[in-house]
Amino acid sequence: MTISSFVLFWAAIFTSNILLTNFLGMCSFLSVSKEVESSFGLGVAVFFVLTITTGLNYLVYHLILVPLGLVYLQFIIFIIVIAAFVQLLELVIERYAPALYYSLGIYLPLITVNCAIFGVSLFMVIRNYSFVQSISFGAGSGIGWLLAILMLSGIRSKLKEKLVPVGLQGAGISLIITGIMALAFIGFSGIVNVQ
Amino acid sequence: MSKKDIFLISAFQENSVWRQILGICSSLAVTNLMMNSLIMGLGVIFSLALANFTISLIREHTPRSVRMMVQTLIIAAYVILVDIFLKANLPAVSKQLGPYVGLIITNCILMGRAEAFAAKNKPLDSLIDGIGAGFGYTLVLLAIATVRELLGFGSFFGISVFGSWFTKWSIMVMAPSAFFILAMLIWILNIKYYKVKA
Repeated sequence: MTISSFVLFWAAIFTSNILLTNFLGMCSFLSVSKEVESSFGLGVAVFFVLTITTGLNYLVYHLILVPLGLVYLQFIIFIIVIAAFVQLLELVIERYAPALYYSLGIYLPLITVNCAIFGVSLFMVIRNYSFVQSISFGAGSGIGWLLAILMLSGIRSKLKEKLVPVGLQGAGISLIITGIMALAFIGFSGIVNVQ
Repeated sequence: MSKKDIFLISAFQENSVWRQILGICSSLAVTNLMMNSLIMGLGVIFSLALANFTISLIREHTPRSVRMMVQTLIIAAYVILVDIFLKANLPAVSKQLGPYVGLIITNCILMGRAEAFAAKNKPLDSLIDGIGAGFGYTLVLLAIATVRELLGFGSFFGISVFGSWFTKWSIMVMAPSAFFILAMLIWILNIKYYKVKA
């Protein structure tokens, strides 16, 4: 059964959120989510890079790797495409939008090693998405990730004045909050199933 | 530092998962079955140890400006080996692990050990550090998977333990339980092992 791109876009945000059900992009999710402002910056950067690199990787995979029979090199090629694109984006933003560079620029290098970006490209190959499906899955996943990190940073900023058991402070309590958020998102599952 | 100390420090005292909170993605995603966790752990030990060794071997010939890219490519090469090996010999497990084998490349533990240890130390020490960090990671995976498989499926390595009277906890199979169990693990270790006090 093929799923329409529109459904896939919403499914990627709610029913199969890249972070809360597939656990991708946890490292930067836990380390950057201390403040709402920086979380938003990183989230927007992830959304932007995710949407475009998924499209690019689709083209590279189907127009170059498959015809040449080099599918086994997909991991290396995907990583190179992502790294090159992030580098290029950094140069362009620095040249034409210095203000944006100062607010987003510091998050860009973090993105190359964000597993969400690479993971979405791998899901795209495993689930045989078409070009339009890939882009809407990429965009949906990006928004889903942005939503998750915004929620966590919002809760963590309120948490500062609260008493948390000593051993749980930092990563422990963030994981528990994320678990509760994941439980809440299970409420959406069953609307549509993308596998 | 002796070889034994290097191993013990990277496996326990400075464990990547519970101490440095790295490599969480895959430690949560594959841990609903013991078998998958074990295979994943072995894959990480293999690629981490050999990538560390190789990066350390060429550390004096790598220009600083491109070292991240070089490290990523070396890691990717070993992960491709693991992926091809699993596809050929254990197709069922490879299918269940899905994209998470490929995601070893972006696993922060590998990049972290390369940057923090292999880029500065001798090849043999780096190899041991890699085995240690991979061992520590596997240990966490197996600990989480033990709880999740026992309560979620009532089995251990696929062998039924509790029998038919046992009501399976379906939450243990789903995503949220992984977050809770890892948080509990970190909590217990902080109090019992690191003796954190207010």
